[in-house]
Amino acid sequence: MKNPSKLAALVFALSGGVFPWTGAFAQDNTAKGIQQYRDALQDGNPAELWEIKGEGMWKQPRGLNKASMEKCDLGLGPGVVKGAYARLPKYFKDTERVDDLESRLVHCMVSLQGFTRADATRRVFGGPGAAADMEALVAYVTSQSKGVKMNVTINHPKEREAFQMGQKLFNYRGGSHDFACATCHGEDNKRIRLQDLPNLTNKKDAQRAYTTWPAYRVSQGELRSFQWRLYDCFRQQRFPEMVFASDASVALTLFLARNANGAAFAAPAIKR
Amino acid sequence: MKRILISLCMMAVTAFAAGAQAQSRSPVSDVEAMREMMRGFNPRGQAGLSRLVQDEAQQFCSDPGWRRNKARIAAIEKQQLAAVKYPADGKLMGNWQAGERVAQSGAGKQFSDNPSQPSGANCYACHQLSPQELSYGTIGPSLRNFGKTRGTSEAIQRYAYAKIYNARAYSVCSNMPRFGHSEILTEQQIKDVVALLLDPNSPVNK
Ligand code: HEC
Ligand code: HEC
Repeated sequence: MKNPSKLAALVFALSGGVFPWTGAFAQDNTAKGIQQYRDALQDGNPAELWEIKGEGMWKQPRGLNKASMEKCDLGLGPGVVKGAYARLPKYFKDTERVDDLESRLVHCMVSLQGFTRADATRRVFGGPGAAADMEALVAYVTSQSKGVKMNVTINHPKEREAFQMGQKLFNYRGGSHDFACATCHGEDNKRIRLQDLPNLTNKKDAQRAYTTWPAYRVSQGELRSFQWRLYDCFRQQRFPEMVFASDASVALTLFLARNANGAAFAAPAIKR
Repeated sequence: MKRILISLCMMAVTAFAAGAQAQSRSPVSDVEAMREMMRGFNPRGQAGLSRLVQDEAQQFCSDPGWRRNKARIAAIEKQQLAAVKYPADGKLMGNWQAGERVAQSGAGKQFSDNPSQPSGANCYACHQLSPQELSYGTIGPSLRNFGKTRGTSEAIQRYAYAKIYNARAYSVCSNMPRFGHSEILTEQQIKDVVALLLDPNSPVNK
């Protein structure tokens, strides 16, 4: 997929009215459609557009300090991007907290580039007609862990604490509908309407689900980060609005990422 | 405001914890979990932070080891059943066509939903009902032929009404929402869904 105009046409087709999105027939058709696109694309995926943009942003001097992100420490040392995502979230000495990729990116944008926290988090998810810089950075960094085995450790006491908190929050039932993550993701081979639900307490499903995020969402024409995945499942859970990169979201991410240990990271992927 | 709510919640948690006989084995306490939740969310639209405050049943069922505590299971089921409000006019069955619309709609209670619009129940998200609808989920059992197999006696009508009103009355940690208890559906909507399940003319029983 080195031909930009071909890629643009594809993105247009994927995000436009190519698929009817209602009913069982459409679901079936959609799955087939995605498979056809996958085959046609072979190793290409519109997520590449976000990866390319993110790489540019990573290297470009930005913010008050006119600094790039190239000295950002994602856990393997300043500037090391390759393989970093497969070991996140983890404890960082400088922030004295457990960070996931997104909270770490915010930290670097503030501490290296001189953005205010408010500016760094103003637009974290893309919407119609406006992609989010954050999701581009996420696409670039995660793409550099493709093929790397997930290896999230809980050696530091704060990492252990985050894991236990994440587990607890996974089972936390509340809201108008009494839902927890476990309601929809706690048993094998369940589905909502026709959408298959991964059992995130079962190793195989947890690995497949975690290693395929972020993903280019065909139905939205957007690249979606793991933070977005949590944000949107919490919306379906009828909870209030999840705060981006909050400790609760990082703890949940660490819990889920650790359950995926041993599997080769395979994102950004392409999904429904 | 957020702070006041948090301290209120802490009081609620302490009150529950007193009755909870230290059933939780998790190293993270219920109070810590709720505090983390409170910090991790902002109120938006109709979904305020009070959504994160657990009632006794929600708190009990968040412990994966809840099945071992037989005494509390029985006690909470009894208390949930006692709180079911049956219709004052004594009529439990409404109109199955309206019930089908309620069963199809997944609208309601999300921060992105308009609270002035009626909510649906999205029964099909979790259950098979009418044979015409192929897009049904499997979190709950199939309800195909529910009325045909159970009949339409007063007792069955009361059971169906109460189950939809408060699923926990019969199964303390059910994954099914408490549609009446949590004010997701109106009394009339519940009657209509009961008709969808039980009316001999409903497609569920054809
Ligand atoms: C009311 C149901 C519901 C609840 C509650 C829920 N989810 Fe989901 N989740 C879904 C559905 C449906 C999908 C599939 C969405 C799709 O394919 O578009 C999904 C997808 C996911 C995925 C991606 C799976 C994949 O293979 O792509 C992850 C990870 C996930 N959820 C995690 C969570 C977590 C963590 C929570 C709790 C914060 C949660 N979910 C709560 C319904 C739910
Ligand atoms: C999020 C999932 C979910 C939704 C939505 C849901 N249910 Fe359920 N339902 C369940 C589960 C799980 C069970 C089995 C456990 C139990 O009995 O509570 C169940 C059980 C039932 C039963 C008892 C079946 C029996 O054999 O006695 C009835 C009746 C029922 N549901 C009706 C409904 C109706 C009507 C709606 C919509 C108004 C609905 N459900 C919505 C998950 C759901």
